[in-house]
Amino acid sequence: MKRIKTMETRDLNKSALNGGCGECQTSCQSACKTSCGVANQKCENAAK
Amino acid sequence: MVHQYKLNGYNIVIDTASGSVHSVDEVAYDIIEMYEQHSREEIVREMMARYGHREDVNEAEIEECLDDVAQLKEEGKLFSKDTYEGMAFDFKRTNTVIKALCLHVAHTCNLNCEYCFASQGKYHGERAIMTFEVGKRAIDFLVEHSGSRRNLEVDFFGGEPLMNWQVCKDIVAYARSIEKEKNKNFRFTLTTNGMLVDDEVIEFANREMHNVVLSLDGRKEVHDRLRRDYAGKGSYDVIVPKFQKFAEARGGKDYYMRGTFTHNNVDFTNDIFHMADLGFTELSMEPVVCDPSDPSALTEADLPKLFEQYEILAKDMLRRKREGKPITFYHYMIDLRNGPCIYKRISGCGSGTEYMAVTPWGELYPCHQFVGDEKYSMGNIWDGVTNEAVRDQFKNCNVYARPECKDCWAKLYCSGGCAANAYHATGSINGVYEYGCELFKKRMECAVMIQVAEEEEGI
Repeated sequence: MKRIKTMETRDLNKSALNGGCGECQTSCQSACKTSCGVANQKCENAAK
Repeated sequence: MVHQYKLNGYNIVIDTASGSVHSVDEVAYDIIEMYEQHSREEIVREMMARYGHREDVNEAEIEECLDDVAQLKEEGKLFSKDTYEGMAFDFKRTNTVIKALCLHVAHTCNLNCEYCFASQGKYHGERAIMTFEVGKRAIDFLVEHSGSRRNLEVDFFGGEPLMNWQVCKDIVAYARSIEKEKNKNFRFTLTTNGMLVDDEVIEFANREMHNVVLSLDGRKEVHDRLRRDYAGKGSYDVIVPKFQKFAEARGGKDYYMRGTFTHNNVDFTNDIFHMADLGFTELSMEPVVCDPSDPSALTEADLPKLFEQYEILAKDMLRRKREGKPITFYHYMIDLRNGPCIYKRISGCGSGTEYMAVTPWGELYPCHQFVGDEKYSMGNIWDGVTNEAVRDQFKNCNVYARPECKDCWAKLYCSGGCAANAYHATGSINGVYEYGCELFKKRMECAVMIQVAEEEEGI
């Protein structure tokens, strides 16, 4: 596409099929302790 | 839902429901803006009026771009539908696993920081220290309630956990002694103000702690204004050399320099840069959480200045990366390819469900920020969660429980935000701390822009 570059991203719709293992870190635990951001957590599902 | 913004020379389009990110030129940017509300003919006419004078723009080009937009929509990468609401309630209701505990090993502190949400570690109660027996039982409680989850997190928190260091070490030793048999992997975190850090602490933490969070607010005058001992003396000179040694000794293991900015230092990027100058590379800086009447509280007038600061930080991080000396900012960490799944994004931080805080007496609270607020006491580590009403409140607390979040593009990045912040701002965990939302959205725009810039520049 000439005018649109699409970044490679995880398809959230598809992640509904193989997500939810719960092995990832609790969001607030890691550094902030005063806010909630989930986007910066790593996915730890080896089977995704 | 689609969110479009321009930042640092990039035109960025985020498709909320799919998580897709597009970097586009200004013609495509305007086409996407009009796409859902106007006919193709109207869009072609408008684009010709706006850009027809340019050599690279003619009707055929615009038609081609419209076809590209249609293709992305067909592929579910633009204007995709949010179908997650039912999933959000079902997932949290059926999930009974507990996988993380914040252990309040010391409700006391050797600093007397003015802005402390834990009121100098006491959480509005008595000073107290967790015994090993309580800590050991907390570990057993976690294992018993963790189901098949292997990775379990335990944060040594306070007050100041190093004031009860031997118990921290004994708890670690106990957890390590059972983790193989129980098929668990404990990840410990230590959050400390640094006053009692010494070689022994560094050596033990580097062996056993998955992460250490080191509290430093930045420049000496900023740090010492609020982070003082009981004699009123600033702690900067004591802790900085210790932290430098600590961070260097981590040898690649996780650590964060964790600062708080307030109304007194809205130019907080200077504090982040100061930390970078001190040699720290893993940095986190949080807006203060306090009553609006507190002199440290951030104000409406601060907001545009803070937005500017976040942009300055993002641009400077790109500069540092180009020069081969990158720094990490916790809130700009975002992995577009391998980030969290939709379940994580709709269920949030897990407070009151999969994450709880344990007081020195073994009481359970939804998270560290609710400790001391009796109506949120959930039970204890011996009898488990007995206050089902509170647990149910938190089970039903997700991004779709907040009407204000319905039309927000950032909802799958913040997951509805912090329940404690919402509670303190509105009186309800299902409320919305709007000030925090504004800052969060700005941070996400910057974080995504950095990803786009790094991709485009190949850095």
